[in-house]
Amino acid sequence: MDHERIILSRERFALTIERMCHQLIEQFDRFDDTCIIGIQPRGTFFSDRLHARLLQLLDVPRIPYGKLDITFYRDDFRLHNKPLVPSANQMDFLVENKNVVLVDDVLYSGRTVQAALAALNDYGRPRVVELAVLVDRRFNRHLPIQADFTGITVDALDHAYVKVEWAHTDGEDRILLFADKKDRDK
Amino acid sequence: MPQATSLSVPHLLGIKDLTREDIELIFDTAATFKEVINRPIKKVPSLRDLTVANLFFEDSTRTRISFELAEKRLSADVVNFSASSSSVKKGETLLDTVNNILSMKVDMIVMRHPAPGAPHFLSNRIKANIINAGDGTHEHPTQALLDAYSMREHFGDLEGKKVAIFGDILHSRVALSNIFCLKKLGAAVKVCGPPTLLPKYIASLGVEVEHDVEKTLQWCDVANILRIQLERQDIRYFPSLREYALYFGINKAMLDRLPKPILIMHPGPINRGVEITSDVADSEHSIILQQVENGVAVRMAVLYLLAGAR
Repeated sequence: MDHERIILSRERFALTIERMCHQLIEQFDRFDDTCIIGIQPRGTFFSDRLHARLLQLLDVPRIPYGKLDITFYRDDFRLHNKPLVPSANQMDFLVENKNVVLVDDVLYSGRTVQAALAALNDYGRPRVVELAVLVDRRFNRHLPIQADFTGITVDALDHAYVKVEWAHTDGEDRILLFADKKDRDK
Repeated sequence: MPQATSLSVPHLLGIKDLTREDIELIFDTAATFKEVINRPIKKVPSLRDLTVANLFFEDSTRTRISFELAEKRLSADVVNFSASSSSVKKGETLLDTVNNILSMKVDMIVMRHPAPGAPHFLSNRIKANIINAGDGTHEHPTQALLDAYSMREHFGDLEGKKVAIFGDILHSRVALSNIFCLKKLGAAVKVCGPPTLLPKYIASLGVEVEHDVEKTLQWCDVANILRIQLERQDIRYFPSLREYALYFGINKAMLDRLPKPILIMHPGPINRGVEITSDVADSEHSIILQQVENGVAVRMAVLYLLAGAR
């Protein structure tokens, strides 16, 4: 049996991003008072795409866009043997009274999103926060957190691994499902 | 190349024990903390489950406030202790003092002590992580890290850069830690001061020795000017402060004669008009206050990296 299979091919990957952009426009109209915040590190690959495509579709000069590093807010910081390595945090605006689209690549346990919400608190009180994820592993949640916008829903066991690959880092946009976490680096 | 993600040591006792990768990891982490301390809300919850004791057996303003701010901005609980107002006066030993504090469930110790090697002594006997905030005339690792970090921020890389350390090298833990740190990062180091204030075997650390201030200024990219330690001058190392200022003090006229501007650094506290004149300390090429700002970020990085590997 194969160790891995493609669950979202390049063509469907592009369609998924296109669809999600239109869903976001349906919800937030012209993104007045709305900002996009990608979660570092890999959530920002996805938010970069959404942000760039939304600018084209809406033909607006600017949508406030931040990249949030949540390393220092994680609840598992001290459970690792090694310190977690932080990424750059790029937030040059406050979210006070804004609509926030929080973006990550894979929603799994929900702990990353919890940490992101804690980190977001330091930038003011948003009017509303909605969550957009490319992959929703819906049966693996540890916390009551759900996505508002989903690219693809994956039902997989805990020991499976979902890998999102990007053209600029891995050569092609696609999503792979590994039956076992251990196979992902092979 | 896979980058190191944790320090190779459980304590920060001195720069001597660190690898170049350790130092670079601290710098990269410090850069993210520098962004944190410039946010409207300068606090992150990373160390909220830890208690840090700042044990200062010797006076300090900058280092102590800097450590305390670093700890508080990481949300650690902080207890402060100074020898002048404690049972040390009643004759309690260092180990007893520290063990008593640790039994109140303290996780990390930041210690300044007049005896060289005091933190090393403790590190063999207690479980908490120890950060040396200055041990006598031996090392002051976080100062060296923040100095090198400030230089790196300015130049990008220290490889091949020329750094001159001026003044009282003999009594200076800052000088020793700086020499170790700069050499590990590939910089060339020259020390300059009166012969009485240069240790006899300093050249064996791979540094050049010079007694002429103007020549040294001509050579260097960075002048790190140390304080004349008035409290440690019980023997006369030089005839008078006026004479020191005349031969070893750095003034604006000297800098104006140089072909290129050089970076001016000072770990503080400054004796204005002795080792450095006010117009040099406050000049546009002086990064003395940036050093202080970076001090908090660098100390946050050290606390974070040591705590994360506990």
